[in-house]
Amino acid sequence: MPQQTESVSLHDGLVVGTVDAPELVGSRCRNCGVVAFPPQSSCAKCTSRDVETRHLAREGTLWTWTIQCFVPKSPPYAGSADDFEPYGVGYVELTDEVRVEARLTESDPGQLSIGMPMKLVLVPAPGSDGGLTYAFAPAEDDA
Amino acid sequence: MTDVAVVGLGIHAFGRHPGVSGLEMAAIAARAALDDAGIGWEDVEFAAGGSDAAGNADTTVSVLGLTGVPFINVKNGCATGGSALTTAHAMLVAGSAEIALVVGFDKHPPGAFNPLPEEWGLGSWYGETGLMLTTQFFAMKIQRYMAEHGISQSTLAKVASKAFDNGARNQWAWRRQPLSEEEVLASRMVNDPLTQYMFCSPGEGAVALVLARGDRAKSLARTPVYLRSVAFRTRRFGSFEVFSPSVPLESAPSPTAEAAAAAFEQAGVGPDDVDVAQLQDTESGAEVMHLAETGLCAHGEQEQLIQSGATRLDGRLPINTDGGCLANGEPIGASGLRQVHEVVLQLRGDAGDRQIAGPRRVGFTQVYGAPGVSACTVLTR
Repeated sequence: MPQQTESVSLHDGLVVGTVDAPELVGSRCRNCGVVAFPPQSSCAKCTSRDVETRHLAREGTLWTWTIQCFVPKSPPYAGSADDFEPYGVGYVELTDEVRVEARLTESDPGQLSIGMPMKLVLVPAPGSDGGLTYAFAPAEDDA
Repeated sequence: MTDVAVVGLGIHAFGRHPGVSGLEMAAIAARAALDDAGIGWEDVEFAAGGSDAAGNADTTVSVLGLTGVPFINVKNGCATGGSALTTAHAMLVAGSAEIALVVGFDKHPPGAFNPLPEEWGLGSWYGETGLMLTTQFFAMKIQRYMAEHGISQSTLAKVASKAFDNGARNQWAWRRQPLSEEEVLASRMVNDPLTQYMFCSPGEGAVALVLARGDRAKSLARTPVYLRSVAFRTRRFGSFEVFSPSVPLESAPSPTAEAAAAAFEQAGVGPDDVDVAQLQDTESGAEVMHLAETGLCAHGEQEQLIQSGATRLDGRLPINTDGGCLANGEPIGASGLRQVHEVVLQLRGDAGDRQIAGPRRVGFTQVYGAPGVSACTVLTR
């Protein structure tokens, strides 16, 4: 694992910040305020091209979820069947911003429920040697 | 508006057919539809059709005969059949042709679809990290819907069990083995809350329809079934659709809700008038959500409707009487036309072992797919 304070830039610059404080890069429409991820060059709601880059909130609540129980086909999946473990996937609602789709660090359906608090973390990316990707982990209620 | 009727039905059995190409299945379905209408290929004045993965539909003309017919190839994902039908319907209504043929077919390898991010405007990371799966998305969609509207997993299982009961009565279906609710629930978990038998599988098959307008409609059809409307829509901002790395906080009516409302309005009938319907059921949750999106019931009412058996063949509102995608599989280009094929059979009273018990005056179909397209039709006797 890289140093906690090491800067990162993953997935063509969509994930930045540091290992212990990653941030997703989205966009916000200056005309109507709609937030999108990944960043859009024009607004899907009002069609305005006046959009700005926005670093999204790092915490939110679980809006929906599932468990990916089978190995996705390759391509496009980069992981292999040999070391596959089921993983959680969900949409996490970032207050007043947008709902972001992500892998979840939790893969036990009994531990996941709609509305639970979540926080952004980095996890090993499937099939990559030392590479990282973003995910959401259950957050402490008192965090 | 000029009356347009479905005057010929043709189908090639769904399932797996080693050694038979998608185009060959399409030609077989087209010939069957022409025979059913009592006409020859040379009588067809306009044709449209397509597949997602099995070639160009107009290649069938080299099998059927080189008559010079204008033939439009359609490739529009899950709405391929609906788009072909929309095109043919518009040509007939415009008076550009008297008789048209539409054909949809496909042939997919086993296993889940593996779309590539680059073809959907997404970065390669989206597929590499394991987010680009249709099954995964639809599981998340129904998970949210169940929480908002009080739908149980038992209801999801009942949808699948009904599909296999109906498929067992359909000679062209792929899955013809009845499965109980308990067997559906006990099958392998694929994406919570959806188990293996709550999903359809990509498959193979072909369907063709002959349409005719005005006087030709009346003279050709023994039991005319009229295509009262075809409506096709794409997603609006706020609709919760597959292959979305993010979705906005605000919600909008789905493309299905808008297409269904337009189809009913054009036809001059309402959801309450529907006697039989075929809804896109690529997984159990889709049938549940589409029941309400089309207006056939209220959101949340599905739980009681399905638990009480109302959507079974002998119920008040029979849904997916041919077994739907769950029992027929999903050859993308063929599914939308299969729905129309089945509704016409039901309205004619020719559905044999699976003929609905109640009245058969108004039928409805709804096809839906990635990344948020829907086509709906209303058919009446």
